[in-house]
Amino acid sequence: MSAHIRTDYAQSDQLFASRASVIAYAALGVLLVAAPFLIESYYLSQLVFVLIYAIVGVAMNILSGQAGQVSIGHAAFLAIGAYSAAIAQKYGVPLPVYLVLAGAFTGLIGYLVGLPALRLHGIYLAIATLAFAFIVEEVLARWESVTHGNEGLMLAAPNVFGMKLGTNGFYYLCLGVTVVVMLAAINIIRSPTGRAFLAIRDSETAARSMGIDTARYKTSAFAISAAITGVAGVLYAHKLSFISPEMFSLAVSIDFVMIIIIGGVLSLRGAVFGAIFMIMVDPMLIVVKDKLPQITDAAMHGIGLGEPIIASIQAGVLRVVNAPGLKSLIFGLIIILFIIYEPMGLDGRWQRVKAYCKQFPLARQRSARPQRMFLKSERR
Amino acid sequence: MTYFDVKDLTIKFGGLTAVDNVSFDINEGEVFTIIGPNGAGKTTLFNLISRLYTPNAGHIVFRDEDVTQLSAQQIAGRGIARTFQNIELFESASTLQNLLVGRHRHSTTKTWQDILRVRKVRDEEIAHRRAAEEVMDVLRLQRYRDTPIGSLPYGVRKVIEVARALCVGPSLLLLDEPSSGLNVEETDAMAEWILEINRRLKVTVLMVEHDMSLVSRVSDRVLALNYGRKMALGTSEEVQSHPDVVAAYLGA
Ligand SMILES: Nc1ncnc2c1ncn2[C@@H]1O[C@H](COP(=O)(O)OP(=O)(O)O)[C@@H](O)[C@H]1O
Ligand SMILES: [Mg+2]
Repeated sequence: MSAHIRTDYAQSDQLFASRASVIAYAALGVLLVAAPFLIESYYLSQLVFVLIYAIVGVAMNILSGQAGQVSIGHAAFLAIGAYSAAIAQKYGVPLPVYLVLAGAFTGLIGYLVGLPALRLHGIYLAIATLAFAFIVEEVLARWESVTHGNEGLMLAAPNVFGMKLGTNGFYYLCLGVTVVVMLAAINIIRSPTGRAFLAIRDSETAARSMGIDTARYKTSAFAISAAITGVAGVLYAHKLSFISPEMFSLAVSIDFVMIIIIGGVLSLRGAVFGAIFMIMVDPMLIVVKDKLPQITDAAMHGIGLGEPIIASIQAGVLRVVNAPGLKSLIFGLIIILFIIYEPMGLDGRWQRVKAYCKQFPLARQRSARPQRMFLKSERR
Repeated sequence: MTYFDVKDLTIKFGGLTAVDNVSFDINEGEVFTIIGPNGAGKTTLFNLISRLYTPNAGHIVFRDEDVTQLSAQQIAGRGIARTFQNIELFESASTLQNLLVGRHRHSTTKTWQDILRVRKVRDEEIAHRRAAEEVMDVLRLQRYRDTPIGSLPYGVRKVIEVARALCVGPSLLLLDEPSSGLNVEETDAMAEWILEINRRLKVTVLMVEHDMSLVSRVSDRVLALNYGRKMALGTSEEVQSHPDVVAAYLGA
């Protein structure tokens, strides 16, 4: 067992709880900086997607995880950031400038979307954000003079004050933005603003009685979350070099919700875990699609089944792995399993594994199981 | 100066008049208790005072200011804090975080300053922390500092709610049934703390309570309500021996 002994309130201000975590994060930092020299370009490209999704995950964490407000329309904020970048670039605005401007503009839109949130809760708020996302998608498709409608917009290579960013340069840009966004989010969470968010999430009545202006903080949660997603949108647009309205559909918004459900709604680490998971699912499914028929074939030959049976089972396996809705089905299943068995997400699992290792010989089985701490107490 | 004055306060829910033309006043430094059978309108009266409900008629005056039209968050800003009959803590957060939320009205930083964590934010955080620790010292809550509320027993949560309200730095503290759900020892400790809060921290207390021995022990004056109407007002003994009160409790 170990304990952190603090002797001064200012020590609670430190970013890292212990020496060990400083070392762990430093090692992670070195690995991330060295990544372009360590891994193939395909993986580096996937890593860029992970970073962009992690930024969106942080945005979702602030809005839903911290402030408890639902949104299934965040793809619209990504779109607004992405289109702002594409349009600004056309007018020769340098990247650092439109990165900030796109964030600010998307934040403003987020503030406006947050206004109805003052009157709507839960499922109604979810529907309002969904409607907003449909409107944005529709506007992007119809406002052809600016957005080129369904033909989409091309982006040139990212250009930082005259210097063109290559693949590695762009990776470092994404890494830098991720770090800045993370630090900002950490600061929010440990400040009066972050505590106002958690108060609104857990009990709006109590929050108001503690003097918290719930309207103000709900709209700022929307604005901050939207601004961060807008910044991610700029990076996303550059990563793909081409954007069109159908790239910002409902499915993308749902991906974003899944980032935090799978990663864990309460922590920023969860946003990163969720992002990694969401980006890894596709390549993993492709592997499964390729390999599963071979494996079942070999297995059935191994146990000596007759050819006609093998052929018919193989046909079934092929039909399953090639079924068009397979990915959605698997996602749906994963969400349900997470909500039932791991409501704290991957991060909750990680925390318990860590605790288990720390107390290893003393750990009991029971403490490794999820606690249903989130259910409101029964004595009410 | 009028410290706290409720005048002709009335609220109707459909056909039911939950608080019916109630008037009373509280002196600064008092412990003022409201008693009455279940459904008498005590909690509703609290909700009116903390502006979670809006009255159909009547006025609430606090320190010479008519606060009837203020918002709930402005009420806290004026120095009126409260607890809830059914405990409304922030369950996923720790005790310390709950108390720090109570300090909200003492924060002067803007959201952008919070994001950048400028010097002022850090200084204020230390001040908030110190204030929260002082309250934890008074109510003996240090050992629960970092424990999430969700895993604490009911009796402790009741105390934490009082602590959170104290962190608001109130002049007037509203306690809705502070002893409900507590065992004998916990009720005894609660009585001591109410007196300590009143005498040492100089906080005026307005309380709803069922436990008559606790009421007699801490209250300067008692108001009895029934069906939303004022039945009796006076010292604890006077009210408890009032014929209407006796009848209401025996009838109930
Ligand atoms: N929000 C509300 N809507 C409708 N009726 C309410 C509401 N709040 C309280 N009441 C009713 O007002 C009456 C007084 O309730 P309450 O103040 O909670 O009583 P108590 O004195 O036990 O605290 C009850 O009949 C209750 O049902
Ligand atoms: Mg009540």
